[in-house]
Amino acid sequence: MASIGKIARRTFLIGSAAIVGGVAFGIYQINKDAPNPLVAGDGEATLNPFVLINGDGVTIIAPRAEMGQGVQTTLAALVAEEMDVAWDDITVLHGPPAQAYYNSVFLGMALPFHHYGDSAFVHNLRKQVGKAGKLLNLQATGGSTSMKDFYERMRHAGASAREAMKLAAAQQLGVDAASLRTENSKVIASDGTEIAYGDLAIALRDITPPDAPLRAKSEWKYLGKPMPRKDMVGKATGTATFATDVALDGMKFATVRRNPKRAGMISYDDSAAREMDGVEAVVDLGDGIAVVASNTWLAMQAADMVDIVWEDATYPADTDSLRAAITASLNGEPDSVTRDDGDVSAAIEGTEITAEYYIPWLAHSTMEPMCGTALFTGNALELWLGNQAPTMVRDACAEAVGLSPEQVTLHTTYLGGGFGRRGEFDFGTQVSKIAAAMPGTPIRMVWTREEDMRHDFYRPAAAAQFRGVVNDGKAVLLDGKVAAPSVFHNSSLRQVGTVPPGPDRLHVEGGADQPYAIPNFRYAGHLTDLTVPLGFWRSVGASVNGFMLDTFIDEMAHAAGADPLQFRLDLATPEHAPSAGVIRRVGEMSGWTGETPDNIGRGVAFCYSFGTPTAEVVEVEDTGNGIKINNVWIACDVGTALDPSIIEAQMVSGAIYGLSAAMQGEITFADGEVEQGNFYDYDALRMHNTPAFEVSILEDNPFMGGVGEPGTPPSMSALGNALFDLTGTRARELPLINTFDLIL
Amino acid sequence: MATTLTINGKQQAVSLPDDVPLLWVLRDELGLTGTKFGCGVAACGACTVHIDGEAVRSCQVALADVWGDVTTIEGLGTPDNMAVIQQAWVDHQVAQCGYCQSGQIMNAAALLQAVPNPADQDIDDAMQGNLCRCGTYPRIRAAIKDAAQRISEGA
Repeated sequence: MASIGKIARRTFLIGSAAIVGGVAFGIYQINKDAPNPLVAGDGEATLNPFVLINGDGVTIIAPRAEMGQGVQTTLAALVAEEMDVAWDDITVLHGPPAQAYYNSVFLGMALPFHHYGDSAFVHNLRKQVGKAGKLLNLQATGGSTSMKDFYERMRHAGASAREAMKLAAAQQLGVDAASLRTENSKVIASDGTEIAYGDLAIALRDITPPDAPLRAKSEWKYLGKPMPRKDMVGKATGTATFATDVALDGMKFATVRRNPKRAGMISYDDSAAREMDGVEAVVDLGDGIAVVASNTWLAMQAADMVDIVWEDATYPADTDSLRAAITASLNGEPDSVTRDDGDVSAAIEGTEITAEYYIPWLAHSTMEPMCGTALFTGNALELWLGNQAPTMVRDACAEAVGLSPEQVTLHTTYLGGGFGRRGEFDFGTQVSKIAAAMPGTPIRMVWTREEDMRHDFYRPAAAAQFRGVVNDGKAVLLDGKVAAPSVFHNSSLRQVGTVPPGPDRLHVEGGADQPYAIPNFRYAGHLTDLTVPLGFWRSVGASVNGFMLDTFIDEMAHAAGADPLQFRLDLATPEHAPSAGVIRRVGEMSGWTGETPDNIGRGVAFCYSFGTPTAEVVEVEDTGNGIKINNVWIACDVGTALDPSIIEAQMVSGAIYGLSAAMQGEITFADGEVEQGNFYDYDALRMHNTPAFEVSILEDNPFMGGVGEPGTPPSMSALGNALFDLTGTRARELPLINTFDLIL
Repeated sequence: MATTLTINGKQQAVSLPDDVPLLWVLRDELGLTGTKFGCGVAACGACTVHIDGEAVRSCQVALADVWGDVTTIEGLGTPDNMAVIQQAWVDHQVAQCGYCQSGQIMNAAALLQAVPNPADQDIDDAMQGNLCRCGTYPRIRAAIKDAAQRISEGA
């Protein structure tokens, strides 16, 4: 296990610019258009953007943010599998912002096809379109894309590096490279001579890494098995470095206050704050202030004492007015109709039901409040940020302090939770500006929990109307309309200043794109024009539509007199076999019979999101002292399961995130400000009310799916459906605590 | 305003106002950043440390009120010499983002001191003050039980 000191030293050796000084070499052809951002120091070699060799061994660059999802461990395993690196020898680093680490999946997700129906042709088309991410320098962690993105790229990097090791060793030993083999970070000759990879660092400088075929799945030693996470010892010993754990000489501590009405600042009076213990400076951020002090707590106390006059909110000031605006937009023309099978306006025989739904605003509420560390020295800015989009964050921070991107060095630390929140730039540009106001003084900034809760980029509230017709136990018509402000438009305007053309597919994901064979099936998206800041909340649109559509499917099943699990199975079977497979499996796992004792309720739910069909069964019990969740069963089909332990953890994590929100998550507004401020009024599941989980991972999906988000959407509707089974009351609004006597 | 504390067995002199919470003394003054800030109001447990073996929320203990020897996650064990509870955490692959885990582990360590063989209800009661937004609770429960077993076997 590498020490933090070693990691810090290696981090220092990595430049943020393109090839500098000619020491880096050997760019693997898959990235031939993207320069290798790694700069080899003395006695080091970089074989491609993912591998750095020196006397200490092998460092693998896993260029996706580790926010808990285990991504760096599995990315390292992809390289190590092909390269034959001993697991304990591997050091993992996030690496610098760089084109070489572009996301090759994101753009392909925007194609106008229902994802579950991808043919090999469409799958390849998505890959080709995704490569345009390279041109946009699109380095981002999100959308449950990391494994799809790097499954081939990083194994190729490992295979190529392995062959380079053999070539270097062959030169040293004066033998044919074909006579050499590799194992446990060593090249081994036929006579038994061994050379450690680290000892080849110098010799590697004369080698051009060759292309090499990938190994067959049957030969895998690491992939497909639970590997010890590379971040686990650090996180169990308090030695893992988050953005506010960075220690620099002469460092000062800062916090910020910005407008809780999410508009500008008119004036402020900091005279009282400046007199307080330990205060070094009050910095005008334009839209708020920062206090810099000798201690974070002193900065927080002083920030509270700054008297500030804020501008008013530009959106309706309270929850009810916001809700009215969203609901009203259901009456206008739709902004998108990305599902329109059959004819929902035709007269269809059968039993008709209608229902309306509404779900609230939500905060990300990561455990680590927004934060960062920065040092500005006039012509350079060095940053330590837990962030999900390094190239874009770097550029935004450079602009904020009047530097060019090449003058900014960004270290991506561990993220104390992301869930989409740390794809934003706000905390990065803030700490950059504070540091720029105090050149030469390192600044460590952290928000209070209240600042974090009130300055989130929220999951929007949403309303929906559904009309369904069932006949002979089957769904024959489903006409759905969902209304909400657009996360995608709101975020695009903020981050790139424009709204991309075309229908907003994220707005209706989890609804319009579900693999259900309903002969007349329409799903329309209605956008509400509101300026409340919005962001990508774990599973994004699927957290909205996944709940509402699946709950209505449950209503239709009951109207049809059908078993809810069989009803979904009948809908999915003709459309997408892997989806049917997870519904069937979750039934087997949970021993689903459709019958439960009086004090027990069970609900099933399904959602296809991020390439992974996921079905869940939730069991609730009326204890006489409130309702508790006993069990959750999850079946998902990820195509190829690269690390079953990490996948299991992500499915459970996603479900707990969804259950927490469904039970009690609710952000409300009054006078333009978010009313919730801390965990006592925006809480989540805790040890005592967390149910038992069982997860089944299937691999029948022809394409690889993501795992960070798909566990979230069906957890919400499965819980609501279980509460209906228990109480006979249908959960058409969230959070459920407003309707049901849940044990919190 | 120099105050002397004993932290992880070492005496440390601190010059900060009396009302600065122990959390911020540890993190900013002493560089013991394993202890985390999550809420500032004892609602999440991320800042849990031990004072004379008792689990306390360091965001709520003023510097002048520290009544005994302080142990932080750094004092519980190190990467090369982990405490049994930390090893159980690693073996059960508990952590995800990891930010709350120092607090979880310190709280669990105090639980095992008080209740060497905790039942599920004991774990519920002791651990419900520690929030984890990644939802690592099932593995935390398993790691606590495993650590209890190992300690009882003389690990």
